[in-house]
Amino acid sequence: MSVIKPLSGAQAVAEAMRQINPDVVVAYPITPQTPVVEYFAQFVANGLVDTETIPVESEHSAMSATVGASAAGARAMCATSSQGLALMWEVVAAVPGLRLPIVMPIVNRALSAPINIHCDHSDTMGATTIGWIQIFSENAQEAYENMFLALRLAEHKDVLIPAMVMQDGFIISHGVENVKILDDDVVKKFVGERNPDRFLLDVKNPYTIGPLALPDYYFEIKRQQEEAMENAKKIYLEVGEDLSKLTGNKYPYFEEYRIEDAAAVIIVLASAAGTAKDAIDEMRVDGKKVGLLKPKLFRPFPYKEIRDAVKNIPVIGVLDRSISFGSYAPLYTEIRNSLFELENKPKLQSYIFGLGGKDIFKNDIKQIFEELLSGKVNPEEQKYIGLRG
Amino acid sequence: MADKKGWHDLMRGADLPPATSLEYKTGSWRSMRPVFDASNCIHCMICVAYCPDMAIPITKSEEGVVGKGGRLYKGAVRLETNFDYCKGCGICAQECPTKCITMIREEEAVEASTK
Repeated sequence: MSVIKPLSGAQAVAEAMRQINPDVVVAYPITPQTPVVEYFAQFVANGLVDTETIPVESEHSAMSATVGASAAGARAMCATSSQGLALMWEVVAAVPGLRLPIVMPIVNRALSAPINIHCDHSDTMGATTIGWIQIFSENAQEAYENMFLALRLAEHKDVLIPAMVMQDGFIISHGVENVKILDDDVVKKFVGERNPDRFLLDVKNPYTIGPLALPDYYFEIKRQQEEAMENAKKIYLEVGEDLSKLTGNKYPYFEEYRIEDAAAVIIVLASAAGTAKDAIDEMRVDGKKVGLLKPKLFRPFPYKEIRDAVKNIPVIGVLDRSISFGSYAPLYTEIRNSLFELENKPKLQSYIFGLGGKDIFKNDIKQIFEELLSGKVNPEEQKYIGLRG
Repeated sequence: MADKKGWHDLMRGADLPPATSLEYKTGSWRSMRPVFDASNCIHCMICVAYCPDMAIPITKSEEGVVGKGGRLYKGAVRLETNFDYCKGCGICAQECPTKCITMIREEEAVEASTK
């Protein structure tokens, strides 16, 4: 049995955390992640969870305390946005190396400066190279379900690396929609207990964690992390199949929407994919063969699978909600890389949109499709949507 | 480096067995050596508490040891510094209330022992 509840994306993630009932949650409130912490703190105050929450003075301390709890053997979680992620960066970068399966919901928000509280992906796109699993969510439902997926994936014995579950700031985090919530018992059974093979509070089996590793060992330890990432890619699908039995939803690396016969395809992450689907439906009525590919798993990135999915698409537009100054945009870079092995590559166009929360509308998407269908694209040019000239 | 374990065989995430620092003899870093004059020691344990390397061993002595003023000190007593780990920082000499620890250059200590 499951129930439909009207929830914001932030509430949906807090609800998932209530059902997971982690041992420790340490999170410092930051817009637009704040309601995640507020709702969860209410669950703690009302005795609905057994979680220990630790009030801290900054995100750096929040992630430090989460690391301590996780190393001690607890199922520990954090949550943040933008500047918060930036402030905790030093510790965030250490977590994958320590091989702690911390799950952290992230509500995407633009990075300062200029200071801004609205959505773009510049915060987590800065954290793509340090060894966290990253899963993007289109809406509150996906954010809710991705929490369970991320937890089981991160804690899998062949993975043991941390995971970020992203949702778009305000657009999803503060927008209320119907969310199908699983029964508490069902979730409890799915997530089980964290069962670490070693943990610091196991005083009968002491070990050393976080030692110095100089040139004679550091490289080897990093290679282990890459192995864990490779495993994560496989196990993501396995855990997804298990979760699918409970939710009825699918957990592929990416969602394909009406791309089988498409003459032009947009690739975009997160909430903008919803807008694109509406635009596609309307254009399809007019006989335009357009479609969407929405990556869900961003780290590890499914290069080969995406290549196979789009190899016959004549022209592709990649929409990035962040910019990588002086280089191709983050998602565009990955898609461009995915296609390298193809003899006959699709035509490509890179678009930047929505920085600092600038809205993207259905008509913007339609115009992009028209441009793609016209074939007038340049894979070396970066175009900007909704930007005043 | 050929004798060291490859990435497949190392413990996950640079984790290690416990207490590996015991195998790491830091005494070779020393340029100054604390010389301990037991006849002037009151076994107050201040040097033991201050030593950043836990390099001053202690023991429990029922029969007692002779210290400052020829007095017999019973119970917890300090022993000679463990030179496998003492880095010669001199904190013990600085903190000692009876000044029974003197820092000398390591070469002098080596010369004295080989004469």
